[in-house]
Amino acid sequence: MPRIRVEVDGSSYEDDVEPRLLLVHYLRDRLGKVGTPVGCDTTNCGACTVLMDGLSVKSCSVLAVQADGREVTTVEGLRAGHPMQRAFHEEHALQCGYCTPGMIMASIDLLRENADPSEDEIRDGLEGNLCRCTGYQNIVRAVRRAATEMRRPASEEVTS
Amino acid sequence: MIPASFDYVRPESVDEALEALTDAGEDAKIIAGGQSLMPLLRMRLAMPDTLIDLDRLDSLRDVRDDGDAIVIGALATHHRVLRDPLVRAHAPLLVRATAKVADPAVRHRGTFGGALAHADPASDLPAVAVALDAELLARSARGERRIPAADFFVDWMTSALEPDELLTGIRVPKPGEGWGVHYEKFHRTAQAWAIVGVACAVRRDDGRVGDARVALTNMGPVPVRCRAVEEALAGGAAIRDAAELAAEGTEPPSDLDGSAEYRTHLAAVLTARALAAAAAV
Repeated sequence: MPRIRVEVDGSSYEDDVEPRLLLVHYLRDRLGKVGTPVGCDTTNCGACTVLMDGLSVKSCSVLAVQADGREVTTVEGLRAGHPMQRAFHEEHALQCGYCTPGMIMASIDLLRENADPSEDEIRDGLEGNLCRCTGYQNIVRAVRRAATEMRRPASEEVTS
Repeated sequence: MIPASFDYVRPESVDEALEALTDAGEDAKIIAGGQSLMPLLRMRLAMPDTLIDLDRLDSLRDVRDDGDAIVIGALATHHRVLRDPLVRAHAPLLVRATAKVADPAVRHRGTFGGALAHADPASDLPAVAVALDAELLARSARGERRIPAADFFVDWMTSALEPDELLTGIRVPKPGEGWGVHYEKFHRTAQAWAIVGVACAVRRDDGRVGDARVALTNMGPVPVRCRAVEEALAGGAAIRDAAELAAEGTEPPSDLDGSAEYRTHLAAVLTARALAAAAAV
């Protein structure tokens, strides 16, 4: 069985894994990172989106062995009160919440490439993430809001 | 859905990969980005004995200038292709079409070479390779050969690669001055396969379209080059009249997304749109 070394949410792990083990199952079943859900299981819905070496990937479509030597960030690795999480909360950008971890990670990836996306650019950037409650309007609003907050210098951040 | 068991090999060099391919025989499958293969593994439509992972072959990720062409490493991801200055300068049609492949997360992992070697006629990039007269570079322990894109796609999900051959790169000729390009994709939802797609490059000559290269996605078991459209345009036909010939000689599939008849209609409509957009008329 291949041995992998992977850094997940700031901690290092070393594990023997079956080659066919999917990254999402490694995260959930072996590391207990159940914040990342399995959605469609067919690479369509994006609920399982995590960042691998800083880029969004669908963790149901990556083998755990392919994460060997890489750095993975799940929704659980975001600092408490991350502006994207806060914006999703404040704009009511979730209903059932199943797509939310993937939406948040894909949105963070989107802002890394484009700090001030238009509504169309947000819809385009999140095309790989499906919300079955069809709450897209509020999701787009949340990403716009997070973008504004994340562009603001830290000194201006409201500490409430 | 869990893939069936397989042995896993991760070669550190191209030579090691070729050796692994020879050792493993016909029941081996190569994985690059895995964005087409992983769903097939999970649905157990593919059950290889051995999976050969090319992840460590960084030498196949680069894009280089080769005089009258650029050579794109087979492992260049769609994400990389979209941002590469050489590709942007010399293969704008590839940039257009790659931007339409699936979604950002898939483009981060999926590779140009993988999309071609997978040889799915509903995938966007095979038609682009055919329209651009790209050549595919295949290496084996026996040596290297160049396969013209027109000969590479043999049948549905079947390429001209031999079991011991590895696709290492794609040679895309530089187009020269005056070409306009467009990729028109018709699909139900953002990341869905093309029901029909049209890749085209046209050269404007005294205000009208002279040279044109047109190829279709998902109008048969392999991507289709539309010679009839190209010849009509070269003979002075108007875009709309030439586009009517788009489905000539094709064998479009009938499936849940549309009948063969519907696809035949779409091919003409989308070809007219693509040509008009490329020619900016």
